[in-house]
Amino acid sequence: MAGNTGTYLIQGASILGGEPADLLIRDGIIAETGNGLSADGATVIDAAGLVALPGMVDVHTHLREPGREDAETVETGTRAAALGGYTAVHAMANSTPVADTAGVVEQVYSLGRTAGWVDVRPVGAVTVGLAGEQLAELGAMADSRARVRMFSDDGICVHDPVLMRRALEYVKAFDGVVAQHAQEPRLTAGAQMNEGEVSAVLGLTGWPAVAEESIIARDVLLAQHVGSRLHVCHVSTAGSVEIIRWAKERGINVTAEVTPHHLLLTDDLVRSYDPVYKVNPPLRTDADVQALRAGLADGTIDVVGTDHAPHPSEHKECEWAQAAMGMTGLETALSVVQHTMIETGLMGWADFARVTSTAAARIGRLEDQGRPLEAGEPANVILVDPAARWTVDPFRMATMGRNSPFKGRELPGKVVATFFKGHPTVLDGELNTPFPHAASAGAA
Amino acid sequence: MKHLLSTQDLSRSNAIRILDTAEEMAAVGDREVKKLPALRGRTVVNLFFEDSTRTRISFEAAAKRLSADVINFAAKGSSVSKGESLKDTAQTLSAMGADAVVIRHWASGAPHRLAATDWIDAGVINAGDGTHEHPTQALLDAFTMRRHWSRLAGTGSEGADLSGMRVAIAGDVLHSRVARSNVWLLRTLGADVTLVAPPTLLPIGVEKWPCKVSYNLDETLEGGVDAVMMLRVQGERMNASFFPTTREYSRRWGFDDTRLRSLDKLGMKDTIIMHPGPMNRGLEISAAAADSPRSTVLDQVRNGVSVRMAALYLLLSGDTREPAATPALAYAGTHSTKETN
Repeated sequence: MAGNTGTYLIQGASILGGEPADLLIRDGIIAETGNGLSADGATVIDAAGLVALPGMVDVHTHLREPGREDAETVETGTRAAALGGYTAVHAMANSTPVADTAGVVEQVYSLGRTAGWVDVRPVGAVTVGLAGEQLAELGAMADSRARVRMFSDDGICVHDPVLMRRALEYVKAFDGVVAQHAQEPRLTAGAQMNEGEVSAVLGLTGWPAVAEESIIARDVLLAQHVGSRLHVCHVSTAGSVEIIRWAKERGINVTAEVTPHHLLLTDDLVRSYDPVYKVNPPLRTDADVQALRAGLADGTIDVVGTDHAPHPSEHKECEWAQAAMGMTGLETALSVVQHTMIETGLMGWADFARVTSTAAARIGRLEDQGRPLEAGEPANVILVDPAARWTVDPFRMATMGRNSPFKGRELPGKVVATFFKGHPTVLDGELNTPFPHAASAGAA
Repeated sequence: MKHLLSTQDLSRSNAIRILDTAEEMAAVGDREVKKLPALRGRTVVNLFFEDSTRTRISFEAAAKRLSADVINFAAKGSSVSKGESLKDTAQTLSAMGADAVVIRHWASGAPHRLAATDWIDAGVINAGDGTHEHPTQALLDAFTMRRHWSRLAGTGSEGADLSGMRVAIAGDVLHSRVARSNVWLLRTLGADVTLVAPPTLLPIGVEKWPCKVSYNLDETLEGGVDAVMMLRVQGERMNASFFPTTREYSRRWGFDDTRLRSLDKLGMKDTIIMHPGPMNRGLEISAAAADSPRSTVLDQVRNGVSVRMAALYLLLSGDTREPAATPALAYAGTHSTKETN
């Protein structure tokens, strides 16, 4: 761990929503916890009323760089992440060029380190060019400086069952995981929104739940057969939750993720034809939303992943069918999860820490993230004001994407401070400074 | 009425007001000089992102009979391939001073986008969007049915609705904007609607619609119908496994000669056969049915101009009152006789 990041004494923070305690952060680690701590020269932060949580880890972020720097860059995306309470993000592979070689993943990793706002862990493509035909050099990416452990063709399903089987088998060699975007392509040709009552009225081509569920069912059986590790991206239907619950009961090594938008929004919003609500997988029904919340609460779904997908405005200011799929999410995830899971009584803050940090770090094999808030642990810590309420304004966000589906909504919870490896990247709810890498040359 | 985007949100009173206004417009069409000065100095743009000569000339005739200036903008193909976005096109038309935009678009919801955004301030009429809606088609269908239904009842059609009328709509409901607009409007006007289609050509979720659904055209006919509307089968459906062959489709869901004869056998002498055009003769409708006295195909075309005149007039006359009589129109009508002579 890096040294020389200063000393911060956080006083009276509610640890994971429990009893208040002090946290002393010094030289990148939590040096001490307890009550009535003091330290000479420490910057004191009064955290009365704030909740201390492990820095959030996003398993699913689109940073767009390299290639689409008009949509987002590693710099702007990771600023957004820090403001949203993240200390690590997994950068999805669908950049241009695709992150399917050691060279590209190392580039993204370096850009992340230079930016210094969060750990950027590149996700490697499963297949060359996301084309679904030939395995990318997964081993080379795993062995690179980026130490890739998660592989995904996200945005495109690895639909060929043999290729999926081989990928699952192959990543066992370096403890990798295949993160599947579950979407049967033939059942979703030209799909525009959830298939159901609303699509029938709107005349938009449907994306049926079965197109997701059939792939998940196949993949959990493949994972069982070859004894490998499967992660299911952005689960969106009640049926998917049931299949994953069944698979976990059978001991299959599967993890699953849900996005904040699927925990709150339904396809009823599509009636406006406003493409800000266009996303893949699509917004589903209220019954799906309730099943996803229940699945996240009972552990069937392991983590919240944002699927943060910034787009330039011209890709959303158009006809629905022409618009790009995707929504921003890094700066609203905490608030949406608080709103949908904590304020509904389904979860406490300790559960929040599990689904936004601990479990996510375990899936991505990030040793220094998602750790307990205890002495000797890396100081990836956030302070949250759960009583704050704010109205979402996409034009005041750090992400370049203005495509937030929560625009205009009042949401609870605000990130007051983010400590990344002991350094405050966010203080008083505002962006502070990036991690001073110069002081940590040579650190991993 | 600021826009006409859908029949789903059209109230009964507004629907009847449009139909009643269309009756007055039809009277103009019967005169030697078929022109009113009602929209003189107003500009109507026909913005067509998809070829549809019939609908375009129907709107063009309607606008011209109301003395509006008409601009035809054929933005054929996709706006992306053309290199200009819908937003830029709309802003361009706005800058040119369009008062109303009649938009036909291959993408469902495109007219809603024009109406909901600040790209353009003009009134928007949906002239068919993707597989969503085609409200003026449904209005002209309802107009045609109402005349028929009122004549059978021996009453005038003004102010009347379609209470008790049994309407079967048969064919590719899944991809049909005509079917959607008709289901909402006919239900609002009190008709009983039955959709008849192969299960593959009905949308998931159709069970929530305010109509009956049948897979069997013969049973539906035997149950009694006052109007049968046949929907066009698009060529691109024929090789996508929606049905095995066009012959099988025709036998099970087409209005063929046998079914035409069965209407007589069943004693349904007043049942009309409708089609929004263009027809695939021999596929969803036989030539004998299309050309029979029961067929209202050409009436529908004729009535289309009257209904579109009514829609343009109500949108652009600035009259936002809830229905009453339409004295403004009567006034415009009397004026016109003087001015156009």
